[in-house]
Amino acid sequence: MTATSVPATASSSEPQWSPDPRRLVSYGAICALTMVFICLIGMPVKLDPRPLIDPILSRGYASLVWVPVVFGYSVTSFVVLEGMAARRRGPSDVLEGAIVGAIGGLGVGILGLLVDNFDLRDPLINWSPQLVDFITFGNSIGFGIVIWLVIGALCGAAGAGLHLLPETVRLYVASVVLAVVGMSFLETAATDLLQGLKLEFISDAIYAKQGGLTVRGAVIVAVLTVAGLALGRFIRANQQRAAAGRAEADLATGGGASLTPVGGAMRRRSNRELVLGGLGIVGLLLLPQFLGGIMNELLANVGLFLLLALGLNIVVGLAGILDLGYVAFFAVGGYTTAVLTSPNAPWLHPELPWFVALLIVIPIAALVGLLIGAPVIRMRGDYLAIVTLGFGEIIRLLFLSDWLAPYFGGAQGITNIPGVQIFGIATVSGTDPKAVFYLVMGFCALAIYVSWRLERSRLGRAWMAIREDEKVAEAMGINTVNAKLAAFVTGAILASFSGAIFAAKVGSIFPNSFEILVSVIILVIVIVGGMGRIAGVALGAVVLIGILGGPSQPGLLQELAEYKLLIYGALLVWMMLKRPEGLLPNVRRSRELHHEELSQDAWLKAQEIEAAAPPDPEYPGWETPA
Amino acid sequence: MTTATRAPTATQRTNVDRFLTLIRIALITFVTVGLLAFIAQQISPTNPFAEWANPGADRLTGSAFRELVISGLNIGVMYGLIALGYSMVYGVLGFINFAHGEVFMWSVMSGWITSEKLFEAGLWEDFFIPALLFTVLVSVTVSTTLAVVMERVAYRPLRGSPRLIPLITSIGVSFFLQNVAIGLFGPAAKRYPQLPEWMSKRYEVFGIPGLEVEGTKILIFVVSTISMVGLWYYVERTKTGKAMRAVAEDKEIAALMGIDVDKTIVRTFAVGGAMAGVAGILWGLLFRSVVATTGFLPGIKAFTAAVLGGVGNLGGAMAGGITLGVGESVGPLVLLEPLGIPGVSQLKDAVAFVLLIAVLLFKPSGLFGERLSAEDRA
Repeated sequence: MTATSVPATASSSEPQWSPDPRRLVSYGAICALTMVFICLIGMPVKLDPRPLIDPILSRGYASLVWVPVVFGYSVTSFVVLEGMAARRRGPSDVLEGAIVGAIGGLGVGILGLLVDNFDLRDPLINWSPQLVDFITFGNSIGFGIVIWLVIGALCGAAGAGLHLLPETVRLYVASVVLAVVGMSFLETAATDLLQGLKLEFISDAIYAKQGGLTVRGAVIVAVLTVAGLALGRFIRANQQRAAAGRAEADLATGGGASLTPVGGAMRRRSNRELVLGGLGIVGLLLLPQFLGGIMNELLANVGLFLLLALGLNIVVGLAGILDLGYVAFFAVGGYTTAVLTSPNAPWLHPELPWFVALLIVIPIAALVGLLIGAPVIRMRGDYLAIVTLGFGEIIRLLFLSDWLAPYFGGAQGITNIPGVQIFGIATVSGTDPKAVFYLVMGFCALAIYVSWRLERSRLGRAWMAIREDEKVAEAMGINTVNAKLAAFVTGAILASFSGAIFAAKVGSIFPNSFEILVSVIILVIVIVGGMGRIAGVALGAVVLIGILGGPSQPGLLQELAEYKLLIYGALLVWMMLKRPEGLLPNVRRSRELHHEELSQDAWLKAQEIEAAAPPDPEYPGWETPA
Repeated sequence: MTTATRAPTATQRTNVDRFLTLIRIALITFVTVGLLAFIAQQISPTNPFAEWANPGADRLTGSAFRELVISGLNIGVMYGLIALGYSMVYGVLGFINFAHGEVFMWSVMSGWITSEKLFEAGLWEDFFIPALLFTVLVSVTVSTTLAVVMERVAYRPLRGSPRLIPLITSIGVSFFLQNVAIGLFGPAAKRYPQLPEWMSKRYEVFGIPGLEVEGTKILIFVVSTISMVGLWYYVERTKTGKAMRAVAEDKEIAALMGIDVDKTIVRTFAVGGAMAGVAGILWGLLFRSVVATTGFLPGIKAFTAAVLGGVGNLGGAMAGGITLGVGESVGPLVLLEPLGIPGVSQLKDAVAFVLLIAVLLFKPSGLFGERLSAEDRA
């Protein structure tokens, strides 16, 4: 984790190098196991009918062939230590990649042989003749083994071959692959949007009739990606040149701006972020107008989860409290709204308008936040996590129980929740996802504003101090208990908003919508996006809920619905191992997480400076005092 | 001395403290009233207090109560066996291995596969004892391997990172393992094959008339006692166990004493996994059904048991497990039913969670005290 794997392209010394067979075999074995695993969970067979690029590659085969590429790439990337010579790149790399890939392919071939000859259908549900057909391409099993050896070797070689390319070319290749795969997977969304924009001819041109990109489409996407990337690089290079010129000018004149060059750069960066954010918001607000019902439904779901994630971001990201029972507040918001607005509610049923109900939801959510927060606030971080998880389950079990059924309907839930009446002008309900989306976005805007202001407030700074070191924060005079409770309550209120909208959107509410799963998925959104950063959380919500889908909400990749929880789990582990600060990290947070590496870097730099400094003439042979 | 230490605490009482005191009082009151109502109901279901608490009250018979306690003990020893894994890992590495419940589930799963294959081959009924031993062997191998691989892949790279990071990772691992099981074996519930007749028969225990226990339950008690004693011997009497305790106490100094810390941690995971494996088979024999989510609740409850007994304390884990098992089995009928709460058995899990919260409120170090390293105690 500490050392980054730098695929060095050039080095001088160490011309001789021999491959390490054990490394190759172990990588190959893991590669084979991964591929066999993917086959056995049934991914290839289930995805197979749909093409990725029309006649060439189906999604099923695509779900498998990326494995040898990745392993080929990783078997030939080495950690380059400071001051050590990197190994020279050459054909031997490609050969290694090919060997690893071939072992992986062999694994698939052998799996085909086994499936063909033994019947293990009983425990393994995907041990089926279709799998054999998939592996052998409908031919004999011998053919299957050979073809998978070849495919594996080719893919592995391709992966390893990436190291031979210069850095820029590699970037282009990766972007093109990503863009083509992305465009193919986003087909539903893209077609829908293009239809709304009356630009059907584009989607007709790039997508095949039976789904997937056509070869022509893939080429178009690739060319556009390359062009866009080149343009971006060109602009950035120009900007950098201009910035360098400006800095030089500042230095020459001794202008005030040069005193804080970092501040200037940060200001420029935040300006750019503002502009991009503004454009994004305008685009987002216009987007639903051009989309169909399903896509708008999807956007509304993304918005709901974004709202939840923004709330959890305050609790986990800012205050560093790992709340695993966050779904409890979502449930409280939903149930309170249901009881107050629905005529079918078994208890009270005052049939209040939604906005009036919301005024009552807020204090109730805050109260529940206090009730749950107070007992747990003093606990150790990990105990707190488990206890909040317990609270989340308790709340769900209570809503489910016969005991409280006279109040909350038990397993039957509460139905017939009316939509949101907006001043008698319009009604927002589940039948109109576009309106739900706008409503959710309104609340998201509020949540973003609140988190943004809070982050820069005294309270926000107190939270961050607690996150970094609670004891020190306390010693500095922060009332940690109150600050943590405030985080809990703020998070609870934001989640209850989401719950209230959820109730109005779905129109009915059941205890099983509030399983622990929801908490975990919100946590994954926050972590994958980037803890403590609003843009990161937004990205996380869009990518995860939009593409994979929520706990019971479908995403764009409906074929992957069966595997989405698996992917969520794997993603969470992978992020924690490789990039705990998330895709769009919060600067301060990532500094905390990489404290060791940063201090190591600082030490190395200090060493360098020391080495570069001329020896002190007064004490020859002595080290310069630090 | 006492006044000097007491004075500042008196001034530092905050609203949260007062609120916590309130919760404590409320909990105690609730339990007391429940117990009183239970006693009143046992004396006579028609006495005024019992009538007030629960108009439809009925006396809990002695045999029903015995049944509850025995099944509570039974589940409790299994919680205890799973809790050992949580406790040992927490003692050594200082984080909650959330995925341990999934290791347990995989053991139940592999037990199902093995026993079913044996059943198909006709070996399960004819040679039950060897078949069962073989199943245990397979399950324990699977769960141990899983625990070790998990440590190697997911937790070892994270050693030394902030303590919430491995916890979050373990949530991911748990999610992953659960859904792998769904992907491989499908979401439907799986049935263990029928046990031989002499296993499900009831036997009189200790010659006490009326105390009849099913063979399966006796087997569960025997096997968990043996595993527990074996584990105790391993940790407290062997050299590797000593190394384990040393690593739990202080990793750096243990390393200086020539202990291979990595290897010891792997062993800790392996032993925890093996215990979960044994518990898994017992669970399979008792409930004879398994789904991919089987591991979630027992996992959380086993963690509760570990906290209840004091994390890092092996005997405590077992005692905590038994307390929790009996508590959640007897609690709803003794504390809630007399108060007139309907459908109390639905609240079984809620009782377990409330117990966890109560322990952490009243005695966060558990009933028998924690055994943690210096840095984790902070």
